[in-house]
Amino acid sequence: MENLNFKERYDRNFNTFSHENQQKLEASTVVVIGLGGLGGSVCEMLARVGIGKLILVDGDVFEVSNLNRQILSEERLIGVPKAEAAKDRVRAVNSGVEVIHRIEFLDEKNLYEHIKGSDVVMDCLDSIDIRFKLQDAAKKASVPIVSGAIAGVTGQVTTIFPEDKGYPLIYGEKSRKQMKGVETKTGNIAYCALFTAALQSSECVKILLNRGDLLRNKLLIAELWTNVFEVMDLV
Amino acid sequence: MIRIDLRLFVTLSGYLPENNECLEIHEGTTVEKLIRDLGIPDEHVKLVFINGKRQDKAHQLKQGDRVGLFPPVGGG
Repeated sequence: MENLNFKERYDRNFNTFSHENQQKLEASTVVVIGLGGLGGSVCEMLARVGIGKLILVDGDVFEVSNLNRQILSEERLIGVPKAEAAKDRVRAVNSGVEVIHRIEFLDEKNLYEHIKGSDVVMDCLDSIDIRFKLQDAAKKASVPIVSGAIAGVTGQVTTIFPEDKGYPLIYGEKSRKQMKGVETKTGNIAYCALFTAALQSSECVKILLNRGDLLRNKLLIAELWTNVFEVMDLV
Repeated sequence: MIRIDLRLFVTLSGYLPENNECLEIHEGTTVEKLIRDLGIPDEHVKLVFINGKRQDKAHQLKQGDRVGLFPPVGGG
């Protein structure tokens, strides 16, 4: 199946993407850190859109409580590593994508190893302290981050280039050691996770193609009870 | 007195006063004081937006300001 005709596979990407754009995506490497509510859907979309190489990282296995929102979770996959399910899904959707999956928990050292040499890293993490560590690693590796975070029916997305201030503007410097946000109280709802993951995927493509407007030094906030969709200036 | 348009997000919405879109406060009130007056524990507010731009809690509010307060959102 690997040789499914390039033109046919991506026929409906054209001409939103030019052929040159599509080739650029195929030549790109994206790392997805965290394969839960956000990361699972990001994998799905980036595989379909035609990113050439995906590196998928998560140390967790699926639990029953993931089924309410995590698109890659299935009842039969409870106990299975998320990274393994993500790899299988990407391969099933687009065999033209090179997939590397890593069943690992993250620390300062391996974060850098995972992301160095990539074009974009997708922050789909579920804890704030590791997000700060990811930003440190991405800065060192000179890789831009597309960050998504959710709580209940609120989602936020920002894009952080190595020279940008990033998370201290959103969480405050003091939050470097804070593990969780208000999602511990609100839970996370499926449609908010998928919606936020879609915005992240769009940011990723825009970075890779150098097209459109990025959320650099901006925070897009979506609140779905009240239909608030706003792009706020962080600086 | 001045009037502001106040929006509280996620878990902060429980502190939303009546007339939040046209809330009367004293001139010169800082965001910090507003948070205190609303009864919100200070550490629960991580982000303050005034008219779509991030500001510090020391920021003094003005007539017609659109104020958004956010808790930390970190889930994935």
